[in-house]
Amino acid sequence: MAVGLEHYLALAAVLFTLGILGIFLNRKNVIIILMSVELMLLAVNINLVAFSAELGDLVGQVFAMFVLTVAAAEAAIGLAILVVFFRNRSSIAVEDISTMKG
Amino acid sequence: MAAFLAHELLTILPALWLAVAGMALLTAGVFISGNASHIVFWGAVASLVIAGILAIVSPVGEQPFNGLVSIDPFGRFMTVLVVAGAVLSLIMARGFMRRESMERFELPVLVVLATLGMYLMVQANDLMTLYVGLEMQSLALYVCAAFQQDKLRSTEAGLKYFVLGAVASGMLLYGCSLVYGFSGSTSFDGIVATLAAGDDSTGILVGAVFIAAGLAFKISAVPFHMWTPDVYEGAPTPVTAFFSAAPKVAAMALLVRVLIDPFAALVDHWQQIIFLLAVGSMALGALGAIGQRNIKRLMAYSSIGHAGFALVGLAAGSEAGVHGVAVYLAIYLVMGLGTWGCILAMRRDGTMVEEIDDLAGLSRSQPALALALAVFMFSMAGIPPLAGFFGKFYVFLAAIDAGLYTLTVIGVLMSVVGAFYYIRIVKLMYFDDPADAFDRPAGRDLVPVIAVTAVVTVGFFLFPDPLLDSARYAAATLVAGVSP
Repeated sequence: MAVGLEHYLALAAVLFTLGILGIFLNRKNVIIILMSVELMLLAVNINLVAFSAELGDLVGQVFAMFVLTVAAAEAAIGLAILVVFFRNRSSIAVEDISTMKG
Repeated sequence: MAAFLAHELLTILPALWLAVAGMALLTAGVFISGNASHIVFWGAVASLVIAGILAIVSPVGEQPFNGLVSIDPFGRFMTVLVVAGAVLSLIMARGFMRRESMERFELPVLVVLATLGMYLMVQANDLMTLYVGLEMQSLALYVCAAFQQDKLRSTEAGLKYFVLGAVASGMLLYGCSLVYGFSGSTSFDGIVATLAAGDDSTGILVGAVFIAAGLAFKISAVPFHMWTPDVYEGAPTPVTAFFSAAPKVAAMALLVRVLIDPFAALVDHWQQIIFLLAVGSMALGALGAIGQRNIKRLMAYSSIGHAGFALVGLAAGSEAGVHGVAVYLAIYLVMGLGTWGCILAMRRDGTMVEEIDDLAGLSRSQPALALALAVFMFSMAGIPPLAGFFGKFYVFLAAIDAGLYTLTVIGVLMSVVGAFYYIRIVKLMYFDDPADAFDRPAGRDLVPVIAVTAVVTVGFFLFPDPLLDSARYAAATLVAGVSP
């Protein structure tokens, strides 16, 4: 069986959904949220590259490069914010991010 | 070739200027010995003002870099709003930062870089520009929210904003990938062409819904609003003022551009989505604010409500609707910044107080401040002849023209419900027993901002034409550039 566009799209959709679920179902650790965010962005990259190959159009791969770059910057900033939060709270458990409510 | 490139570079001069200025200010902040924050701060204000002037004088009607950006009157109008919001909130930030001993040079630099991102957002003409501009803005704003790094509430706000913002970016990006795949192009013109060719557009529609969801998060429309109250409460107050002004305008402008330009052919579909977002935001903005004790949280719900009212204009999907949104955003920016100026003046013994009850009897201790805040509250409630009334008037007019009677009726009702909590603040200031007086003077940096915004809010009905005309021109070019 040949691997076609629909297989790539299905894989990306599954990964993307896993990323979303990882963020909203995870009650333990903020690091896992950061990993889930990366999973979402990489799922999008699979989509972009698969479409690019299918269409014979390079723009999708250029887009994927931008996404990779932004994802790296995003992870750096997320971890930096996490570090300053940890210094104040001495915890990175999701349930401890709860000073403000209502 | 070189002359061609130079011409293209000139068309995006404001962006180049902001990028160079941001990096120069960062370098200056690092290398100047001693306290560099003063120099960097005024340098940032000057750079933003210059960028605004460059945006006004540079020619419009071009799509340089193979149509990656579209320099048009709509983008110019929104750029001016964004720059004005950034400048005014920076000016208000100065005294706050000094008092809270967070006087570091990074905040002005981050604001400059965020403004650069917003410039790209409002001029985007390609999904790649849209994404890169949005992320450039968001990444700078996450750091701004967590700027008081020794305060738990500020860092928590930054973390919440980051996590939910990253999810929204992911959804937007997934939508972009689907739109690219099913239309074969990332450029807005290419998407228009594919939709006009009448191909099966289901994939594009799904992508458009994801993009709209990601942008709805950025304008804090219900049901993507959950971050707003916490981030508004936790972030340093001048940063919150900035959040409620510039990024909101930029994201709303981007949403308008995306829906009116590339996805114009899908108007029947997205109109229903915007309808639901608008109703939800107006209702939650009005009802959620009633029980709030903290003025920053109250303003968060107020901003959710205002996003809903602006969306009413977008739901109309017409030129009049875009005009209404543009006018609404301009007026919201002015009265919102004025209100935040008043909130920044709420200090007792050198520390900020944020409870609504702290405002009790303000009219006796500080009549001028109470009067200004009363003006802003009446304007937000939409009482004529203040500016806020005209903002609501034009979006509702457009909605009626488009036949959206249900939406208009709901909007007017929610506006009345919302008036309850705005006017409660006025009642508190004028008729309740005085609480302890606030510190005086309010601050050299706050008074001019509050005065200017209050005068504009009150006097708008005397000279409405400059704003109305430029908004009408912006809307006309945006809609005309698209519709067949």
